[in-house]
Amino acid sequence: MSESVVWLTIFILSVFVGIEVISKVSSTLHTPLMSGANAIHGVILLGAILVTGSTDNNIALVVGLIAIVLAAVNMVGGFVVTDRMLQMFVRKKSPAKPAQGSAEGADK
Amino acid sequence: MIPTWAQLLYLFGAVCFILALKGLSGPKTARNGNLIGAFAAVLACAIPFFYKQPNGEHLHHVPLIVAAIALGTIGGVYGARTVQMTQMPQMVALFNGVGGGAAALVALLELHEIVEFDSGIAKFTLVATAFTILVGSVSFAGSIITFAKLQELMTSRPVVIPGFPILFGGGFVAAVVLSVLLVHEPKMWLGIVIGLLGLLVGVLLVLPVGGADVPIVISLLNAFTGLTVAAGGYVLSNTLLLVAGTLVGASGTFLTLLMANAMGRSVTNILFGALKGGSTLGGGEVSDRPVKSAGPEDVAIMLAYAERVIIVPGYGLAVAQAQHTLRELVDVLTARGAEVDYAIHPVAGRMPGHMNVLLAEAQVPYEQLVEMDDINDDFKDADVVLVVGANDVVNPAARNTPSAPIYGMPILNADQAKQVVFLKRSMRPGFAGIENELLFEPQTTLLFGDAKDTLSKVLSAVKAL
Repeated sequence: MSESVVWLTIFILSVFVGIEVISKVSSTLHTPLMSGANAIHGVILLGAILVTGSTDNNIALVVGLIAIVLAAVNMVGGFVVTDRMLQMFVRKKSPAKPAQGSAEGADK
Repeated sequence: MIPTWAQLLYLFGAVCFILALKGLSGPKTARNGNLIGAFAAVLACAIPFFYKQPNGEHLHHVPLIVAAIALGTIGGVYGARTVQMTQMPQMVALFNGVGGGAAALVALLELHEIVEFDSGIAKFTLVATAFTILVGSVSFAGSIITFAKLQELMTSRPVVIPGFPILFGGGFVAAVVLSVLLVHEPKMWLGIVIGLLGLLVGVLLVLPVGGADVPIVISLLNAFTGLTVAAGGYVLSNTLLLVAGTLVGASGTFLTLLMANAMGRSVTNILFGALKGGSTLGGGEVSDRPVKSAGPEDVAIMLAYAERVIIVPGYGLAVAQAQHTLRELVDVLTARGAEVDYAIHPVAGRMPGHMNVLLAEAQVPYEQLVEMDDINDDFKDADVVLVVGANDVVNPAARNTPSAPIYGMPILNADQAKQVVFLKRSMRPGFAGIENELLFEPQTTLLFGDAKDTLSKVLSAVKAL
């Protein structure tokens, strides 16, 4: 199997996994899911680090650093904002379940 | 060659991302899913600092890189912590845009490496590079326009430029032709021009989309960015980027279709519907036809003696920050023995699922939020339907007027209730810019004013009864 076929295999399988894992999502969670998926593609930060770290050209370095800043905003901001939304979903359910887990929500 | 341990960690990261998405699609597991994703992303970004790159050296410029990460982290955390829940859609759009921009820049840098050092590169790598530059810039520019529309920095109405098809089609074809040239013979300037054309196409793609449809576009651009990251992963020979990007691309596309379905629209219709002149009705005119309006006391009496009340919350509720007052009112009505539920339209708010987030913020009990399909049969038994800051989701034009931009969108059957009360700031039409016939029906009463203000008046009037 040539190397590009290996890559193609990974790609195709990932497509199916991507569709399969979210196929049963309720519309309640569309916003957090979109936001969370958005954060996951922020992992392009890894790519930005790789290209910036192996360049010796000054212009390329500057462009690379800009890419890193942008990608970090995407990744970190995305995960934090998703967590903020989901925190509220969890909190509103806790009164229904008596006592259990109320301590961890009490920090704020 | 990337060392085996690093490759295994990348694999581990990819598995975590799958679990993250899986978790995010269930209400109980969502928060943990997100945390798993965050953990995997941080881990993945730390890995390259610990092995020698294919050129046999460790990463250069480590202090600068760390500083740039810190800067981006501060910006991201600040934005994420300070954004109002009502502004969530534009925040997601913005984060998505910068991600797409980053991917395009990464591909440009990789192209630079290829042009300088690697003339014998595989053609398919160049295809992926061109794809990343083009789609990354489309996603960046499109998301910025989306942000501007939602933040109301520009009009949220569809913008149609004369000669649009030629400009859009021409820009797109030119970008494809240049990409073919780039694959044939990699040149830096080709990459830059492709990026600029991508920006143009991105702007033109979103301009004709009406405000109410913008969320679908965010989801679509999100999927675009995912695919861009996947292609970038191929270019950089990084399996984790490939898997993560593909996951987001595939699930994002699927989610886009789900949302479009919930609105009863096709994605092409959403993107290009305005070009066919399909939104002539959406003129946003304010009608001077007579309506029946009432004061808070009248509404209080209607509500206080109703047995079955259904609340239809909309974006206006959130803008007025009235969700807490509304919850108090519902508590009082429930205490008086009425059966009260919230009817949540899938696209209530400005993004699918947005209303659930907003009401969760006001700590409305989960059980009172009923989804459209489960509550639509109950409207005919409802004594009063209280529509707070919503409009398009109860507009019968979606059922009856084939020329309306929202025609075909499933709506809440508020028009079947015995009485309908609209809390509205003015007669201004909803986000889709079309008049709502229900406002003029005999069973409808309007209560004008700021939602928070009027709700507290209604609340004290109910308490006084």
